[in-house]
Amino acid sequence: MTDTIATQPIEVTVNGRQRLLDVAVHHTLLDVLRDDLALTGTKECCLVGECGACTVIVDGRSVDSCLVLAVEADGAEITTVEGLAVDGTLSALQQAFLDTGAVQCGFCIPGQLLSGTALLAESPHPTVAEIHEGLAGNLCRCGGYQQITEAVLAAAESADRAAAGAADR
Amino acid sequence: MSTHVIGGSPARLGGLDRVTGGQQYVADIHLADVLHAKLVTLDCARARIISIDTSAALQVPGVRLVMTAADLPQPVPRFGPQFEDRPVLAVGETKYHGEPVAAVAADSKDAAEQAAALVKVEYEELPAVFTIAAALDPAAPLVQDPALRLDDPLARTNVLREHHFGWGDVDAVAASADLVVEGTWTFPMVTHFAIEPHAFMAAPDGDGIAVWSSIQHPNWLQKTLAKILGLPLSKVRVFAPDPGGGFGGKQHVKLEPLVAFMALRASRPVRLVLTLEETFQTVRRNSTEVHVRSGFRADGTLVFRDIESNYLLGAYADIADRTVTKGSYAAVGPYRAPAARVVARSILSHTTPSTAFRGFGNPQPIWAVESTMDEAARALGIDPLELRLRNLARRGEEIIPGDTPADGDWAQTARKAAELVGWGTPLAAGRGRGIAFGIKSGPTTGLSYSTVRLLADGSVIVYAGTSDMGQGARTVFAQIAAQELGAPLDWITVVMGDTAVVPYDQQTSASRSTVLMGNSVLAACRAVQAKVRAMAARVHRVDEALIAVEAGLVRLPDRVLPIVDVLGPGLGRLGGEIIGNGEMRKDAEPGHPLGGSAAFYEFNCTAVEAEVDQGTGDIVLVRYVTVSDVGKALNPAQVRSQDEGAAIQGLGHTLMEHYIYDERGRIRNLGAIDYRIPTSMDLPLEFISETVENADGPGPYGSKGMSEGALLCVAPAVAAAVRDATGVVIRDLPLTPERVWQALQERSNT
Repeated sequence: MTDTIATQPIEVTVNGRQRLLDVAVHHTLLDVLRDDLALTGTKECCLVGECGACTVIVDGRSVDSCLVLAVEADGAEITTVEGLAVDGTLSALQQAFLDTGAVQCGFCIPGQLLSGTALLAESPHPTVAEIHEGLAGNLCRCGGYQQITEAVLAAAESADRAAAGAADR
Repeated sequence: MSTHVIGGSPARLGGLDRVTGGQQYVADIHLADVLHAKLVTLDCARARIISIDTSAALQVPGVRLVMTAADLPQPVPRFGPQFEDRPVLAVGETKYHGEPVAAVAADSKDAAEQAAALVKVEYEELPAVFTIAAALDPAAPLVQDPALRLDDPLARTNVLREHHFGWGDVDAVAASADLVVEGTWTFPMVTHFAIEPHAFMAAPDGDGIAVWSSIQHPNWLQKTLAKILGLPLSKVRVFAPDPGGGFGGKQHVKLEPLVAFMALRASRPVRLVLTLEETFQTVRRNSTEVHVRSGFRADGTLVFRDIESNYLLGAYADIADRTVTKGSYAAVGPYRAPAARVVARSILSHTTPSTAFRGFGNPQPIWAVESTMDEAARALGIDPLELRLRNLARRGEEIIPGDTPADGDWAQTARKAAELVGWGTPLAAGRGRGIAFGIKSGPTTGLSYSTVRLLADGSVIVYAGTSDMGQGARTVFAQIAAQELGAPLDWITVVMGDTAVVPYDQQTSASRSTVLMGNSVLAACRAVQAKVRAMAARVHRVDEALIAVEAGLVRLPDRVLPIVDVLGPGLGRLGGEIIGNGEMRKDAEPGHPLGGSAAFYEFNCTAVEAEVDQGTGDIVLVRYVTVSDVGKALNPAQVRSQDEGAAIQGLGHTLMEHYIYDERGRIRNLGAIDYRIPTSMDLPLEFISETVENADGPGPYGSKGMSEGALLCVAPAVAAAVRDATGVVIRDLPLTPERVWQALQERSNT
């Protein structure tokens, strides 16, 4: 038992904002996002990297923030659900989640959105099978997998439309 | 402005916050000066507590409180929705693995966790029972102290209650049966696994207390805390933010009393957020063994059912005995049965307390009873769908004498599912089909108050004490208000989850809210309409009898105005608002075996085409069809979500989910790594959810409750498809690849 908890400074960019933090060395990225930065959109459930509720994007890759020590994220660029909308405009995927009825209780949704965002970044035209596989690590006990899949497909299509629209101009 | 929003699928109220991270669940709410709590538990199920040494824990910097049973009022308060059997902390002995014996509160989570590990509990492990057979052994240790069961002839057994239902004379008619099929079917112990683990907070609040909980029934919690703490109801304020999934596991009071006592003792807010592992130790469904004899005539006519069910409860009753009565009371199914005998036992054990879980005691007997329909169909050479249809109750026919008669065209539902799955069409080699019916009684009693405020600009605030845990109640109530009062949906706010503000609602359970609270909100809107009508008469100097107010419109003799156009002149210079109150009451019926008849039935037909991998035993669901009789889908997108969600949850207990206990009563597959629930990879290849809508329900616009139907008969439909594909009959769930593979091996060896 120690009276003081060992800490270490880190520098991270969270949703575009640079943060200098002194974090406990045993705290996970999830702890720091929720408790130190009050970004509670990232959810806590299984803490063993199986449920996906705590998924965030770290340097372009979707990761379970419960499995990453905050000190390991030093220097990283992190996107959480709070960072998906730009200037109050929802991302295509966020909008698609609303439009397809993919949101039920909502607790898994931040994680689903981050996994879906990472998937679309890597594979802009995923097949249904690729979506199922890409989001297999994000549990939804409401059972909204069909609607979530439809949302990812719809977001891919709307990105195509937006690109086509930009080309027209 | 659309005034006809019923039957549409507008964006979910609260959806935006849920996609931006703004939605605050209990664990997301920050209270200033809050203490973090951690439970102290033992590494076995049943133990005598000899001593608890808190001195080392109290030395941890930041620790403010270590609470044991000795710090609570004596005798330690007990609570429970049916029996007041659960103590705030274990008294004298623990009765299940994970039962808290003490709790620590500290300035940080780290300190709380560190200190909880330093609480030294000296204990002696005691013999315990974890299975139905062990609990029923006459020499078994008793789970519940007989002193809590005075005047109960079963007090010296582990049978909490034995229930008997039935009609006709089974023994007399049995002789007229040409065929009797008989067997025992088992249903596993499964857990709710809401992605939001249960979370609780409490804080001293003036001369009372404020409590935050992920609970489905805030008014139950208010009542329980008021009683335990000796406070008037008005001094117990319960905040119930929308739960992150409930499924029954968050219906009743769990650890809120403990957190409340801690907050009062520490004079500071205290929060307790369970780990997923702790939720496994807090809630589960009853595991069950169901023995069924079903008798038929050669033409397939059902002659009798004889059902004996043993439900394994946990160490405290919670609401589990009620699930036993409600599930077994309707166990005969949606059929005409001349005679029926149902015996059901609620058996206590040293395991996680079981509680309500979507389906509420019904999926267990349905698994068994529907399977006997398939075995009978095979033995009689009748198509399984045809056998069911021959016996299915028609609208208006009694299925349980004296109770609500069949309230839908169920054959229409069944035929629709059959058609969608391609019933009777040729199958590819190695594939099979199964079909099953499920029925569940809706709520038997209910009381839902609501208030609707029509504000001066025509916008609306609805107060309804339902918990929106994903089913979308908030959206449905807003749709009702939009329909009746003409406000656009985004001008409507629905307030829930605060007992100091929102009127009383009995509970959010039994798929009741669209029907009961929905009718209450409808009544409140109609009360507002009546006041608008009087106002229009005054403003336009027209006899009130000549005015009608409906669907957001005021119909005067010479013109039609939107309600909002009457409000301005009607309210006048001071402004103000129009307030309407609603009440929907379904009173108890004395002498009824369940205390009341069913408000409606949930009827579902599930039909499955499956293929079985002969090498691995893996079941591939090629096509999966669920059709529910919903009366009227007020919001078709949400109906589909509930229907599919229920089906997928049913696939969990059908294909993969089950607790595995070790010899000391510890759950071996504790947590998300070893306990598997369906993922996106487990979806059927083709998944079809449809409804039948005849506007024949008791809810607003002819709606019925429908959130559980699609879970009821998943298992028998899938098992029948497996049987059809492979020839093997399996009577134990889940149908894991290992179990299916073993059955296939046994088939090849014989």
